[in-house]
Amino acid sequence: MTLQTEPISINFGPQHPSTHGVFRMRVTFDGELIVDVEPVFGYLHRGSEKLAEERTYTQVVTLTDRMDYVASMTNNQAYILSVEKLAGIVPEPRGVWLRMIAAELQRIASHLVATGFLIQDLGALGTPLMYAMREREKILDLFEMMCGARITNSYLRPGGVFADAPDYFWQALRQFMDDIPGQVDEMEELLGSSEIILQRTKSVAVLKPGDMVNAGITGPMLRAGGVDWDLRHRNSYDYYDRVQFDRPLHHASDNFARYWVRIQEMRESIKIVEQCIKAIEPGPVRPKSVPFLVRPPKGDSYVGIECPKGELGFYLVSDGGVSPYRCHVRAPSLMNLTLLKEMLVGTYMADMFVSFGSTDINMGEVDR
Amino acid sequence: MIGFGLIKGMRVTMRNFLRSPVTEQYPDRRVSPIEAAKMAGLNPVAFAIRKPAEAFKAATGMTSVPVKVKQTPRFRGNEFAWYEERCTGCASCAKYCPLGIIKIVTHPGGIDVQEGESYAIDVFDIDIGRCMFCGLCVEACPYDALHMGSQFERSSYVRADLVITVDQLKANMKRPSSWFRPQFEGMKYSPFEDKAMPEHKDAGRHEKPLPGQLTEKWVKER
Repeated sequence: MTLQTEPISINFGPQHPSTHGVFRMRVTFDGELIVDVEPVFGYLHRGSEKLAEERTYTQVVTLTDRMDYVASMTNNQAYILSVEKLAGIVPEPRGVWLRMIAAELQRIASHLVATGFLIQDLGALGTPLMYAMREREKILDLFEMMCGARITNSYLRPGGVFADAPDYFWQALRQFMDDIPGQVDEMEELLGSSEIILQRTKSVAVLKPGDMVNAGITGPMLRAGGVDWDLRHRNSYDYYDRVQFDRPLHHASDNFARYWVRIQEMRESIKIVEQCIKAIEPGPVRPKSVPFLVRPPKGDSYVGIECPKGELGFYLVSDGGVSPYRCHVRAPSLMNLTLLKEMLVGTYMADMFVSFGSTDINMGEVDR
Repeated sequence: MIGFGLIKGMRVTMRNFLRSPVTEQYPDRRVSPIEAAKMAGLNPVAFAIRKPAEAFKAATGMTSVPVKVKQTPRFRGNEFAWYEERCTGCASCAKYCPLGIIKIVTHPGGIDVQEGESYAIDVFDIDIGRCMFCGLCVEACPYDALHMGSQFERSSYVRADLVITVDQLKANMKRPSSWFRPQFEGMKYSPFEDKAMPEHKDAGRHEKPLPGQLTEKWVKER
């Protein structure tokens, strides 16, 4: 006898602990199988783009911290690069190296959080997440030494960074660089060997590379599908053309591949930081000629950078005044959500939040 | 081989189990009986005999001492350090605050106030209930009068208590953070030691012009 069942709609969120923020999904289940997903977002909308229109170019840096609060350094970097292009500011080399170090450390921190929460979503509550958070804590300590804040850094300024890193930062960084490769290996050993994780994540929520390119998905998600697209290499900004790094690719495009790419990218980031430490030379960190009140000429600029989650771009329009006429953010988290329905339909309820978490979204950035 | 991976995973867990804990105990830290005896100035046996109640408390983990959180000198905290004698009342900080939470009201400190001379401050309110500690006010200050503080424990039941007034600013403990004040780092100054803040009047980015220099500027240039 076959059981006659009806599809049932369940509402997840917005205050659901697994949704990585205030995100709401209306999911229709047939038994345990997902047949329809309707994402609803906008619960964390703070109007950052509009707020940017009435603040000066330097003041907007503080707003960008709060967009993707897990990776604020890369947000600062994207915004500052756009302002520099708009105003034609040539940054000081030491400032550029410093912000590359900061951005790569931030990438490690963000990927650690993504990996830790992937295991958390799989049901290993607490312990492996704490391994990841412990390492992230060291990076946040480094940021506190650099700029006095852990999350909301506001470290970068047009033309470089606001202040040179102190002496004790370099000692702590050296210590951290000696420790972190072992911790990344441990993380990979923990995850890559466990059959439970492999069975739960392999060939779940597979996306086609062509679909991802059409939907505008970027970052580790795209590279997990075998598409070699890394803006640090393709459209090099700052001094990324002077450092050597590989672009890890996986071809499975499932949840495991996304996690694997993030782990490998952490290793590449470590390599980049090592090269930055070698290449950095004493000097000013910020050109003296850049005033506090930047007044770019009329025009517009768009700079996209490879942030931990994908391509983060700032489009700024200037009317010649002290504040941007229009500021638009191309947020990778929002773009990476576009294929959520294709990803989740056909999978089971237990894998829903694992797949959702593997996109590594941040609601602060989705809603801005 | 199926099942072998679980053992490998457990090996990582065991390795982490044997590591020393990294948890920061805050605001209090538990004291072991031996440490409690040391604090009382006795050896552990004498401590147990002479002060049995305290020894029992320590043995059951009920004795605790407050701890200080490890911070870096650049930490941007509240309790802004403000030097009245350096402030000219130019309100650059109020202008550059992204949220507009600094309110300044001044009146001329004397008749015919010239460049470099001060305005008297009537109101200097910083509403730190809305402050995000970005430090742009400190960056904007041309006379190094305003500094970020180094404290962070300032909670209140009433929002009005979170407005720092000019009297509080004057009375504040002057323990400035070295954020955007690199001269402090050169002095090996740390806001978390109980040492007094070294004299730094001459360390500003802009010196207060002497009367002779002012005359030169105002008279000889014309």
